[in-house]
Amino acid sequence: MVDLTTNYLGLTLKNPFVASSSPLTNKLGTALQLEEAGVAALIMPSLFEEQIIHDSLRLDRDYTRGAESFAEALSYLPETGQYSVGPDKYLDNLSNIKRAVKIPVFGSLNGVTTGGWVDYARRIEQAGADALELNLYDICTDPEMGSQEQEDRHITLVRDVRARVSIPIAVKLSPFYTALPNFARRLTEAGADGLVLFNRFYQPDFDLETLDVVPHLVLSNSHELRLPLRWIAILYGKIRTDFGLTSGLHSAEDLIKAVMAGASATMVASELLMHGFGRVTEILNDVQEWMEEHEYVSIEQMKGSMSHQAIGDPSALERANYMRVLSSY
Amino acid sequence: MMREKITLDGNEATAKIAYKLSEVVAIYPITPSSAMGEFADEWAAYKQPNLWGTIPLVIEMQSEGGAAGAVHGALQSGALTTTFTASQGLLLMIPNMYKIAGELTSTVFHVSARSIAAQGLSIFGDHSDVMATRGTGFALLASNSVQEAHDTALIAHTATMEARVPFLHFFDGFRTSHEVNKIEQLGQEDIRAMVDDNLVQAHRARALSPDRPVLRGTAQNPDVYFQARETVNPYYQVCPDIVQKYMDKFAALTGRSYHLFDYEGAPDAERVIVVMGSGAETVADTAAYLMGHGEKVGVVKVRLYRPFSMKHFLKALPATVKTITVLDRCKEPGSSGEPLYLDVVAAISEGGASDPKPRILGGRYGLSSKEFTPAMAKGVFDEMLKDTPKNHFTVGIYDDVTHNSIDYDPEFHIEMPQTVRCVFWGLGADGTVGANKNSIKIIGEETDNFAQGYFVYDSKKSGSVTISHLRFGTKPIRAPYLISQANFVACHQFSFLERYDVLKYAAPGAVFLLNSIYGPDQVWDNLPREVQQAIIDKKLRFYVIDAYEVAAQTGMGGRINTIMQTCFFAISNVLPREQAITEIKHAIEKTYGKRGEAVVKRNFEAVDQTLANLFEVKVPEQVTSGFTRRPPVPNQAPEFVQQVLGAMIAGEGDSLPVSAMPADGTYPTGTTQWEKRNITLEIPVWEPDLCIQCGKCCFVCPHAVIREKVYAPSYLEGAPESWLAMDARWKEFPDMKYTLVVSPEDCTGCGLCVEVCPAKDKSQVGRKAINMAPQPPIRERENINWDYFLSLPEVDRTQMSLKTVKNSQLLQPLFEFSGACAGCGETPYLKLLTQLLGDRIVVANATGCSSIYGGNLPTTPWAKNAEGRGPAWSNSLFEDNAEFGLGMRLTLDKHGEYARELLAQLAGLVGESLVDELLRADQSSEAGIKAQRERVATLKQRLAGIDDDQARDLLSLADVLVRKSVWIIGGDGWAYDIGYGGLDHVLASGRNVNILVLDTEVYSNTGGQASKSTPRAAVAKFAAQGKSIPKKDMGMIAMAYGYVYVARVAMGASDQQTLTAFAEADAYDGPSLIIAYSHCIAHGYDLKKGLEQQKLAVASGVWPLYRFNPALIAEGHNPLSIDSKEPTIPVSQYAYNETRYRMLLQSDEQRAEALMKLAQKDVRGRWDLYKQMAAMHYEGDGNGKTGND
Repeated sequence: MVDLTTNYLGLTLKNPFVASSSPLTNKLGTALQLEEAGVAALIMPSLFEEQIIHDSLRLDRDYTRGAESFAEALSYLPETGQYSVGPDKYLDNLSNIKRAVKIPVFGSLNGVTTGGWVDYARRIEQAGADALELNLYDICTDPEMGSQEQEDRHITLVRDVRARVSIPIAVKLSPFYTALPNFARRLTEAGADGLVLFNRFYQPDFDLETLDVVPHLVLSNSHELRLPLRWIAILYGKIRTDFGLTSGLHSAEDLIKAVMAGASATMVASELLMHGFGRVTEILNDVQEWMEEHEYVSIEQMKGSMSHQAIGDPSALERANYMRVLSSY
Repeated sequence: MMREKITLDGNEATAKIAYKLSEVVAIYPITPSSAMGEFADEWAAYKQPNLWGTIPLVIEMQSEGGAAGAVHGALQSGALTTTFTASQGLLLMIPNMYKIAGELTSTVFHVSARSIAAQGLSIFGDHSDVMATRGTGFALLASNSVQEAHDTALIAHTATMEARVPFLHFFDGFRTSHEVNKIEQLGQEDIRAMVDDNLVQAHRARALSPDRPVLRGTAQNPDVYFQARETVNPYYQVCPDIVQKYMDKFAALTGRSYHLFDYEGAPDAERVIVVMGSGAETVADTAAYLMGHGEKVGVVKVRLYRPFSMKHFLKALPATVKTITVLDRCKEPGSSGEPLYLDVVAAISEGGASDPKPRILGGRYGLSSKEFTPAMAKGVFDEMLKDTPKNHFTVGIYDDVTHNSIDYDPEFHIEMPQTVRCVFWGLGADGTVGANKNSIKIIGEETDNFAQGYFVYDSKKSGSVTISHLRFGTKPIRAPYLISQANFVACHQFSFLERYDVLKYAAPGAVFLLNSIYGPDQVWDNLPREVQQAIIDKKLRFYVIDAYEVAAQTGMGGRINTIMQTCFFAISNVLPREQAITEIKHAIEKTYGKRGEAVVKRNFEAVDQTLANLFEVKVPEQVTSGFTRRPPVPNQAPEFVQQVLGAMIAGEGDSLPVSAMPADGTYPTGTTQWEKRNITLEIPVWEPDLCIQCGKCCFVCPHAVIREKVYAPSYLEGAPESWLAMDARWKEFPDMKYTLVVSPEDCTGCGLCVEVCPAKDKSQVGRKAINMAPQPPIRERENINWDYFLSLPEVDRTQMSLKTVKNSQLLQPLFEFSGACAGCGETPYLKLLTQLLGDRIVVANATGCSSIYGGNLPTTPWAKNAEGRGPAWSNSLFEDNAEFGLGMRLTLDKHGEYARELLAQLAGLVGESLVDELLRADQSSEAGIKAQRERVATLKQRLAGIDDDQARDLLSLADVLVRKSVWIIGGDGWAYDIGYGGLDHVLASGRNVNILVLDTEVYSNTGGQASKSTPRAAVAKFAAQGKSIPKKDMGMIAMAYGYVYVARVAMGASDQQTLTAFAEADAYDGPSLIIAYSHCIAHGYDLKKGLEQQKLAVASGVWPLYRFNPALIAEGHNPLSIDSKEPTIPVSQYAYNETRYRMLLQSDEQRAEALMKLAQKDVRGRWDLYKQMAAMHYEGDGNGKTGND
């Protein structure tokens, strides 16, 4: 019997299979089904501060539009009780799920203001989250903003959040950093207990008929695994932190590769959305089977076994890789 | 007992009691009473219990008539039942009121008293409605202030239980109903102490029940009806004493003492005014002031008007009285006096008052909330001093026709010096009124001061002006009239200074606060001369703040309310500055807290940024300005527009004499063109290099401010320098030029035109053929272009097909520049209608949004063309519009028939061939109509010279020989609910009328109450929990007749289908019904996205497009064509863009999801049904007409 347990962010997970942020982790019913299927932890969808601000301002605008202007219609919508435009609904949901399941539940946060990051992080902790994923997802469009400034901003907020919450913190990153290892090191020094690679960007599309920019959601595929796989492999061992791999995990092979690169936790969403909860058990069974077949005894044994430091030819993970691919044509 | 002090208006104060003491509440919206029903609905939605711990059952009915019926039924079955209404609504209840009273049934109707529509509709207050119920047998109990409304409501509810006489409790609409005042709230214990549960149980015991069956509601014959009618006398005899008993009980409980008739004034008064309602407070204050100056005056306040207790009245009257003036707030034309006057005359005559009996005068005041001030009250007292005073006079107006009005000194004031008086000019959209309501609450509830607020609005739904009147001070404030001498005047919009006499309210030495983009050093030079003069003459302290800049910096957009509120507190020193800021923030949290932290934070930041931007201006000693206030209308406007409408536009309508007003309520059309409101900072600008001349921007423009013309190139000579033109792309108009213009001062800046424009720059897709740009720099340039555009000839309607959207927009709109909301979804349909048929339509318009933006003075958007032809428009009532329009049709049909009969008889005189052509004319095309008009002109010429009675008759009817189209227009509140019975009958009649339903899915004009058109899962007032039943499918009901043309259209989804439907409806010789999707401000989103929402409504199947043309049946075709595709998106994708749906998701997610599932099911079911109907096989019957043949 192989040992599938893994340590991630100071928590012992029964296996590396973590249900990543998706509508499935947002509802009590599906959260329970995920637990039953065997996932080791749940990551809630992100609490987006920007969305909260937007909802609040929009509700206010819609209420005040046309109000107190015309004698016969001093308002156009009834006043009802409370609206869940703030974080309360998210936090209540988190608490409910946390109470109902036995596996760890991670909160996730995407802030826009310093105050927002810290405040909501504390509230997520108070709601009972076992750990917090900070989702550093913002698009820097300002030509005046340099990379150093942008990175410093993120380091500051990780430090600020670290100072105010005591649960473990993982930082979820995008792949678009010039010097990722340096930034990863600084994040760890600022207090991150783990790094999650990489965030998926839902890139908008163009509608050629209407010439509009339109949102476009595409679920991941296995090819996307390569990027985080490579970077976890490069960072593992060099940066003393835990790694989570997200994007492109669809099979037992993918999961095994992730662990070999150095991931302590592997986050899956698209596969479950496409093929249902049954895939959790299937993948975990396949992993176990593969490990038994290949005589691995534990996840810990396998973790980082194909990282930059562990492989015989580290250049395979570096630039040479690119050159070799080209020259093979 | 310490009771809570609360600050609220009369409607809420009343509803609080009514709700507590009811089990069933039947409601229907009507201004100014709607808020009472809204409160009841919301409280029930939040599960607030009544006195007995159960939640009242609140139901919206289809009309006030329906509400009264439901009340009657609920009462008969033993429920404690109430309703709220006003004006025509109360009139619709009258039949049931007779029954309820005749059956001695305890109930209270709460009425915010309002004018009755006569020569014109008015939403404002007087006693015309209440007086119309005098004969019903209801007790009529008046309250004069917000506190009294609260108190009297309780007295009414308790007295009726014992008296068994039903009560109508009333207070002045648009004074007490909407005045915000600090009152002492009655607690649960107070209400409990007043109510006798034995009487409640006795009420139930009288109920109809099969367990103890009785019969009520018999028909009675001449032998006994009379006697039976007299049986109730004993109840009416004791009713006044019962009311006084409960008033005394109330006094013992609260210390506030009321009597059936309350006298205030000198014990030895010789001159006494008898008056009822809020005006009594004004008279009482004035009498107290005059007594202080040695005058022997007093006032009798009438509280219980019916049953009128002569005994109590005479007892209240001082024995010393020599002259009584009775003031009535209503008018009974042709009577020997108004109602209260006649009652007083009878009481004095019968009551044995001392000899010589006092002289009794009667007067009218305050109709339609006309101001009734202490100056007017003094004028009435002064009149009594004259040897030959006027009787049956009016006060408050200048009657230069029948010379009934009495004089008064408008400069007479009695304001208490310790009362601080503030006037704020705001724009509807800037939040001024909301902030002032908060200020009153802060002052009223956080200090020991008393506070009062009243708010005046103009009649526009976009760019409206609001004037807030706030009083506060250490003594109770009972001044139910506007402030004329303010210590503080704030103008929140700089442009008002050019349009209105803003400083007329300022007392000498007052503070003037101005929101100005000009700083303290520049502002003076930018003020009109009149403003500078007033500041100098009145020695005003002058402050400025650039509130827009502060708002921009703090993310508040155009909402400057909290910024200006902070300035007010900082300057006025009502509270220490720090405390004021704390209280403002507290109020912000209370008001906006539930909308989320972000809103609160932004407001806080605005407050914090304000004071650093507030500056006092050093006022120069001399007037230096080189410009004056703009005239309200241009000098080239017709005289009536300048003299009469102009005064109204300038806010000076009160000064117009009786002679200025048309005697029969008839006004010229086409007058909005003179009211340049200039309300937007951004307007669309045309880019000819991108334009494809599709006309869509013109098509959707709700205010008809975007126009296009095709014209001969020769007109380019003499065109303004900035004139833009391109080659016209019409096959019908080769070698012509094309120009599109915008009226910069009529545009509301809604942006719909930009949204709909399909032409994008290939190198920069964000640039379209029409784009918004700042208005001020191009205003004059575009005005010049607009004027030149108007001077170009209109296109010849006979030279092109009117069946395409592109062509239709070359036609002159005869509906323009209405006061509808910016981005209104209704008005584009009306504009289109007038473009297609405007010169030959008669419009019957139901009361509602369309009657307000269509016919609320001062101006009307219904216009006429160069030949003087255009829509003839009228509004009858809310409930009868279909019948009203049918009446118009009947006249046209009868006159047409008679004219044709006369033609045949006069053929020898006017010419056989002309008669033949007139009778056989094909008027199915523009050319045909043009030809018929020419024939009629010839006919008239020939008839004019004939000395014959029949010829003269025909001459008076000749125009009817040209085809006219009757359009019956209204909203869904009318069509689906209150007017549905009539509408159904008119459809069934088979007559050739066209009914256009502007379907916003709520009662928009009264603030968004649910109608039967409101869709499932949407939240609306009166459906605060989200509507649980689906929208009524009125189109389906109409189709069932088989001979009614029915179309369901949404111009945002298919403009061509809309156009086709209008043309087909007009062409169909029978009844037509067009149900038009009209996006609305009550849906809760930025209306510039309205067309997009229309597309989504159609794509989701929520609003399928179809046309059902019975004319096709005769040709063997299925009459139903579904014009939209099978639903492609879920309902939620459409619905959750709108706050009316989304707010339920945010407040009760589970219910929202359940209702949304059902809504999705509704769509599927309806679609399947339509599809089956459209697939049915029809065979021609060889008979072209299926209607009323």
